[in-house]
Amino acid sequence: MIEFVINVVLLSFLVLLALTIARTKDLLSSVMLCGLYSLVSAVFFVTMDAVDVAFTEAAVGAGISSLLMLAAMMVTSRYEKANSIQPKAALVVVFLTGVLLFYGLIDMPMFGDPNTPVQQQVSSHYIEESMEEIGIPNMVTSVLASYRSYDTFGETVVIFTAGIGVLALLGGRGAGIRKPSSPAASRSAFPDHLILRVISKLLIPPIMLFALYVQFHGDYGPGGGFQAGVIFAAAIALYAMVFGFERARKRFPLPVIRFVSAVGVLLYGSVGMVSILNGHAFLDYHALSANALSGQHLGIFLVELGVGITVTSVMILLFFTFSERAMQSGGQE
Amino acid sequence: MMAEVLSLVSAVLILAGCGCCLIGALGMLRFPDFYTRMHAAGITDTMGSGLLLIGLILQPESHWLVIAKLCFILIFIPLTSPTAAHALAKAARKGGLAPLLGPQGSERSRPSPPEQEESNG
Repeated sequence: MIEFVINVVLLSFLVLLALTIARTKDLLSSVMLCGLYSLVSAVFFVTMDAVDVAFTEAAVGAGISSLLMLAAMMVTSRYEKANSIQPKAALVVVFLTGVLLFYGLIDMPMFGDPNTPVQQQVSSHYIEESMEEIGIPNMVTSVLASYRSYDTFGETVVIFTAGIGVLALLGGRGAGIRKPSSPAASRSAFPDHLILRVISKLLIPPIMLFALYVQFHGDYGPGGGFQAGVIFAAAIALYAMVFGFERARKRFPLPVIRFVSAVGVLLYGSVGMVSILNGHAFLDYHALSANALSGQHLGIFLVELGVGITVTSVMILLFFTFSERAMQSGGQE
Repeated sequence: MMAEVLSLVSAVLILAGCGCCLIGALGMLRFPDFYTRMHAAGITDTMGSGLLLIGLILQPESHWLVIAKLCFILIFIPLTSPTAAHALAKAARKGGLAPLLGPQGSERSRPSPPEQEESNG
């Protein structure tokens, strides 16, 4: 009963938030509300016992994507254009999509129904055999990084491609040409925010340490490469915002980050190639060691490391590219 | 006996924390301008989350690892949320948002609608 009430409250929060996001013209508010939406859905995932998903949603949705949206907003304007959409056509499209979705919903099984195909085929195998076959306590990690490592490889490549896409659009011409001390760069360095600087200096090392904990503890608790990469990137973005982009770019030069973002995907792919070269299937971790379980451990470790490296560097890359472009356009005005 | 006292204390603290969060939310809705709203949000951050966390730490069946993690949160929240509030207030002052109450801006800032800052707290 109480769970039902909590679910209803959270879901109505989500609907209200979505309506507010659709209505508001102020893009800063919509970014903040999107972060709130992610947080509420993370709470909803926690009530459904999906802590890994909730962690990802909180770290990616509420954390880094708000930051990236804000950085992207610095390049464009703060307010939505007045008549950028035709309300009637949009209403028809949205209504039709809604009708189609509800039509599709009729065929969906009831929530938690044990007789659905999803529950009957592979997932019961994963749940029952994961401890013996993979040997790590966190079942989500064993599905993500071992049983379904193909899909995770695809996701990592998607993130890498997103980084390439942003670089191709924004990072090309003039990205390397910089005035040494433009007023825009010193403006972002917060010279008078002493408290912010002291507290950030205090907090950045624990944040990075926490990211490493999330990265390497993903076998035992909620966590893994995606969340860890995002947290690590958030720490570096905090450093860049408080201490200035010039200093951050000296510590983390863009060419190095660009190289490292490819290294992560390459590491992931090479684990698969090693399996192939040893006469097993792609990403079959039994090839990595004579002992099946230690092979699985090593494979999951390497694969998660690759994910973490790529996610971290692509997020930093996006943040740096957006803010650099914002500074350039700010300097021209 | 010990466990019952602990769970009673923890329940009282959690309820008090929820009450503080409620008061903070009410203040966010009812207070007139940005700075007073930040004051209301501060109650949620410090008293609300602090009491909730202490209440959760005192739960008798908590594992020591959970208690350690909650203690970390208890250390970090008093560091981060005042800093965020400070940065927010400073940014607002720098952006030229005058407080509604007080000597400086009671007439000047009347016309500015306070709706814009709702999402910032």
